[in-house]
Amino acid sequence: MNTMNNSRRNFIKTAGTLAIGSTLPISLVELAFAEGSQNFTFAYISDAHIQHIKDNRFVRNWDRGLIRAVAETNLLTPKPDFVMFGGDLAQLGSKPELDHGAQILSALHGNVHYVMGEHDYYLDLGEYWEKLFGPQYYSFGHKGVHFVVLNSIKTYDDWTFKRWPTAEQRMQEMAILDNPNGSPFMVGEEQRLWLKNDLDKVNKDTPVVVFSHSPLQKIYKGWNFWTDDADQVQALLKPFKKVSVIYGHVHQIQYNQIGNISFNSVMATAWPWPYPQSYAQAEQYLPKLTVPMNRADPFFDRDATGWQFINLANGNADLNFTLYNNTSRVVRYNEKQKRPEDVVYQDEKARIVPQTHY
Amino acid sequence: MRYVLLPTLVLIALFIFYKEANTNPLPEPATANPQSVTEENNLLGLPPVPIPANNPQTPAKIELGNKLFHDKRFSVDGTVSCAKCHNESHAFTDGLPVAVGHHGLTGTRNAPTVLNAAFNQTQFWDGREPDLEGQSKQPPVNPVEGGLANHEPILEITRTDPYYQTAFQSVFGVNGKELTIDHVSKAIASFERTLVSGNSAFDRYYFKGQTNAMTAAQVRGFQLFIGQGRCVSCHTIEQDHALFSDSRFHNIGIGINQIQQDIPRLTKAFLEAKNKGGEVDVMVLTDKKSSELGRFAVTNELSQIGAFKTPTLRNVELTAPYMHDGSLKTLKEVMVHYNNGGVSKADEQVNDFLSGGIRPLNLTDPQLDDLVAFMKALTSSKYAVPTPTQAAN
Ligand code: HEC
Ligand code: HEC
Ligand SMILES: [Fe+2]
Repeated sequence: MNTMNNSRRNFIKTAGTLAIGSTLPISLVELAFAEGSQNFTFAYISDAHIQHIKDNRFVRNWDRGLIRAVAETNLLTPKPDFVMFGGDLAQLGSKPELDHGAQILSALHGNVHYVMGEHDYYLDLGEYWEKLFGPQYYSFGHKGVHFVVLNSIKTYDDWTFKRWPTAEQRMQEMAILDNPNGSPFMVGEEQRLWLKNDLDKVNKDTPVVVFSHSPLQKIYKGWNFWTDDADQVQALLKPFKKVSVIYGHVHQIQYNQIGNISFNSVMATAWPWPYPQSYAQAEQYLPKLTVPMNRADPFFDRDATGWQFINLANGNADLNFTLYNNTSRVVRYNEKQKRPEDVVYQDEKARIVPQTHY
Repeated sequence: MRYVLLPTLVLIALFIFYKEANTNPLPEPATANPQSVTEENNLLGLPPVPIPANNPQTPAKIELGNKLFHDKRFSVDGTVSCAKCHNESHAFTDGLPVAVGHHGLTGTRNAPTVLNAAFNQTQFWDGREPDLEGQSKQPPVNPVEGGLANHEPILEITRTDPYYQTAFQSVFGVNGKELTIDHVSKAIASFERTLVSGNSAFDRYYFKGQTNAMTAAQVRGFQLFIGQGRCVSCHTIEQDHALFSDSRFHNIGIGINQIQQDIPRLTKAFLEAKNKGGEVDVMVLTDKKSSELGRFAVTNELSQIGAFKTPTLRNVELTAPYMHDGSLKTLKEVMVHYNNGGVSKADEQVNDFLSGGIRPLNLTDPQLDDLVAFMKALTSSKYAVPTPTQAAN
């Protein structure tokens, strides 16, 4: 019934195209399929911390975070090749929590791979989790990339088996930050041996992506932003040309490069952690400060939480973060600098000064 | 002084507007005297009106904008002026759930008030236009509003009508082909910048310290508004003024709750259509389901599905029905929706994309009534309908 003025149509068309180029679902098409058969996308959801209150009641805030991430992930066009869940599905590792979380995740379209978090593990040492999601560590190949999933949140046997009168207390102790009774995470000898065998079969030119719950680097021990045998795991990854480690647990954006290994963290759907006071125990390992996230607005339950889709371009991981009440962020591998960089905040001078008062 | 006076020009402008509006009488308290200081008081609780440098206010421009705002010829059937949907007698709304354009065609959205739109950081429920100048270009050529194919018919009238010829010449120094739609929209925007109104019971209570300006129920409602109700985080109040909007976009569970199953199909289809040149204003105002996508339609951001701009609450008593789709008839229904944590009926399913700021409030029914009472303390005395006793005086 209506013929639009041409000039008007053209103007809006240009504006529309510009907008689409810079945003999510359609840009994904271009990113993922512009070049090369090795380029593909997967989504990553992590740290949901589903918390049981009693009977059929769960903490609403954490439920909503996971539900929202699942719903949004399902809208990605084209569909991601698979979805990762990065650990800490539960808060205290109980059956009701794992069941409830698994039920929310069951709405995801497509293949989902799971990583074990300490909040899932320390009640029954992963027994029920395994029933729901399968083995605690494994590897798989996809479009020329070798993916490895590790359970990086184990610790010394003495702590796990001999210290605590009950499983519940063991779980509680591991859930506390800055806990003098705590114990550092580790991958452990058994998995390192398995990893060595697994990697022996892989060509050194094949891009390798390792998923762990804790950072496979040493950042801050008091909060277990730490893996005790990180150096040994890194050594096993050293012979490969392109290695990415992607981890959850820290509830904030971190990225770093150590030798051939790129490190990226993913966001939590539950709540943000502030940046811990880093001590210079291993100075070169310090990741970049998460600038716009340093003060979450306590009113908006979802502020400073989010999820991400990851574009694997020529074997390097580019992370695209969807952040509520914040501008979306992209941490992309910089081919020249040979390290991951926030596309906006890479430069010291480009940073927003953290607020020091409230 | 806790509120800031506007430049004299604006005051003159307000006065001129007042004279104009007299031909179409406003519901005024019997005692109001337009030539007294009441116009100055009318701004109590408002910040200074932002005036763009390239469109300064002048009395003649405002007068011209007023004429344009009321001109029905700028539509395909000669019945649709801005004022049809933004009518003075309804506090610059139309009192309908969704707006009605030419030939009785209905759109998908509720006409918001133009009162205080001058303060909006973006225009429309989805913020698709940054300013008033851009906003007024859309309605005449929207298929369900003015229905014109393009802006030519408007320019033909303004270039040939003797009143407009003289007025555009004297205001902008343009005639004939030099007169473009930008001049038209600038004049309308100048007029709209005079449609600002504060001075409610709340303003006198809060900014003037008149403790008896609000009733006891309104004071309790105010406490809930800034406390347990969590309203103030979105409908903001500053130290020296209050616009009751954070200028941001939130999914509070209106409209979208009913179309949850369609969202995967809708978002995809919408983006495809947009990529092929589809215009956002046309798509969202002619298709009910696309309308519910909210801010997503403008930014393509998944995190903004179903999110709409926080509206001001000034004069909200006069602008029923409520929300972007006009789906809530009364202020009480609005309070129930919030109290339920983002669903209008308690058994409705919360939508997956709900804002993190919305959660069940656990307020009692009398508390909801207090919140409604507080909403009624936000009516500018200029527009307050006199109560029967006042009218009798
Ligand atoms: C057919 C009814 C109709 C007509 C005619 C109309 N409007 Fe509107 N107006 C609306 C509706 C409906 C909206 C909300 C649309 C949306 O958000 O998508 C609106 C939004 C607005 C807004 C934005 C307010 C806010 O809070 O964001 C302004 C300002 C406005 N109109 C001014 C005008 C002017 C000026 C004209 C004349 C050029 C006009 N309108 C003509 C119905 C109408
Ligand atoms: C998370 C932000 C947020 C909070 C909290 C919030 N609002 Fe709103 N409010 C909005 C948005 C956004 C809309 C428009 C939503 C729509 O139409 O989809 C709105 C609409 C309204 C309307 C309808 C206005 C109109 O012109 O149609 C009223 C009345 C209202 N809110 C009052 C309140 C009260 C009272 C509270 C506290 C109980 C509250 N709001 C809390 C964001 C919020
Ligand atoms: Fe963790």
